[in-house]
Amino acid sequence: MENKGKEVRNPEILEIEDIEIDLLLEAIFRKYGYDFRNYGKAHVKRRITHRLSTSGLQSISMMQQEVLRNEDFFETLLRDLSINVTEMFRDPDFYAAIRKDVVPVLKTYPFIKIWHAGCSTGEEVYSMAILLKEEGLLDRVQVYATDFNQVVLQAAREGIFSIDRIKEYTINYQRAGGKKSFSDYYTAKYNSVIMDKDLKRNVVFADHNLVTDSVFAEVNMIICRNVLIYFDKELQDKVIKLFDDSLTHGGILCLGSKENLRFSSSFPRFKALNEKQKIYQKRYKI
Amino acid sequence: MHPGAVVIGASAGGMDALAEIIPKLPKTFPVPVIIVQHISPLSDNYIATYLDKMSKVNVVEAEEKVKPVKGKAYIAPPNYHLLIERDKSFSLATFERVSFARPSIDVMFETAAEAFGIWLTGVILTGANHDGARGMEYIQALGGKTVVQDPETAEVDTMPKSALERITPTAVVPLKEIAGWLIKNIK
Ligand SMILES: C[S@@+](CC[C@H](N)C(=O)[O-])C[C@H]1O[C@@H](n2cnc3c(N)ncnc32)[C@H](O)[C@@H]1O
Repeated sequence: MENKGKEVRNPEILEIEDIEIDLLLEAIFRKYGYDFRNYGKAHVKRRITHRLSTSGLQSISMMQQEVLRNEDFFETLLRDLSINVTEMFRDPDFYAAIRKDVVPVLKTYPFIKIWHAGCSTGEEVYSMAILLKEEGLLDRVQVYATDFNQVVLQAAREGIFSIDRIKEYTINYQRAGGKKSFSDYYTAKYNSVIMDKDLKRNVVFADHNLVTDSVFAEVNMIICRNVLIYFDKELQDKVIKLFDDSLTHGGILCLGSKENLRFSSSFPRFKALNEKQKIYQKRYKI
Repeated sequence: MHPGAVVIGASAGGMDALAEIIPKLPKTFPVPVIIVQHISPLSDNYIATYLDKMSKVNVVEAEEKVKPVKGKAYIAPPNYHLLIERDKSFSLATFERVSFARPSIDVMFETAAEAFGIWLTGVILTGANHDGARGMEYIQALGGKTVVQDPETAEVDTMPKSALERITPTAVVPLKEIAGWLIKNIK
């Protein structure tokens, strides 16, 4: 390695790339209606340059041309930009906190509407359904599970998951305070597990974009985990307002374990039910 | 106010190495310190608590949207990538592991290089993999300073060595002298 570390990058290049990325996001928005303009830029840039390096295209500007003319390429980019990483009983302590701090509240309601926003492939929805079933609440709920990515929504609807991660999920389930055996909730077939159909009896899976669509139902509980971290401050604030508008008084808002209401202008309208697990309740009197 | 930052990447053996460096930094150290230490995804962030107890700078977990300030050291939370935005605020992300790691040193270093440019100092410490080498190269390419722990003084020398394969750093420094080097060279 003779020339190691000799490459020098002109900071001007960064400025050009910033412009190219803004133009690319503008093109995506105008052509396809998906609005990534207020997503965190560092992350967006990483995803775009990653796609650039595997696509054989020379520059982000060329990518813009490709996106505008080739819908398949757009679909690929959409998948890059929407991180779908998820798991069953992700953060088991969160689910344990739901049992302890939220279930007693929900038990006082005759009927409960729950919205999973950004549900990805559905693992979170099935996990919550299992919990609700064990707490005797499943018959009283209507669940809306939404995402803006059709591909993951279809997977969520089917409720078929790879068997590879079942061991890990079983441990999560137990740490989350599961009362039975995780295997009671699925049947294994070849390399897959099929989730018990009863769990999705009261679930509607629907396309919804948090950035461009408005309120579609009044609900008692919203679970939106690991979605807001991809948004900039202004967009976070806007989406939390949307949640505020969608929640009944006393309604519950659950965020991801590294997400914060603190910076949102709606912060005073909520109180923490469990600060560590980011479980909030909309105040009755504001 | 100094517009820069120090970023540190560590893996196997990193806890002891960090415990050798961070407590020696004075409260008046002119820039924030941002750390990625590879750690089990399930662990609580005990490193921050542990280092905070023995340090003069305040050691905390990096939270999204927060802008780092001097007098503090920030540690990436387990199981999240830490990215630095151009306005220097933190972002967290859960995209797939990069060279088997989340948080990834490369991801943090590369985004920090773009945010801090010539004002950044990258430090690579002990570890049993290659994470951080690309990030160091990128820091250097954008005019930042690079410090590699002298492999002789590393508990596991793979990580410093793979950085040295990619770049000729500003300095190769024995573990015990890294804090002193930073204090002397960042003003
Ligand atoms: C990292 S996953 C989180 C999945 C699950 N909530 C969890 O915590 O495991 C983020 C999901 O948010 C979705 N998403 C991103 N932006 C969105 C938007 N503007 N509207 C609706 N869903 C969005 C992505 O498609 C992805 O499925």
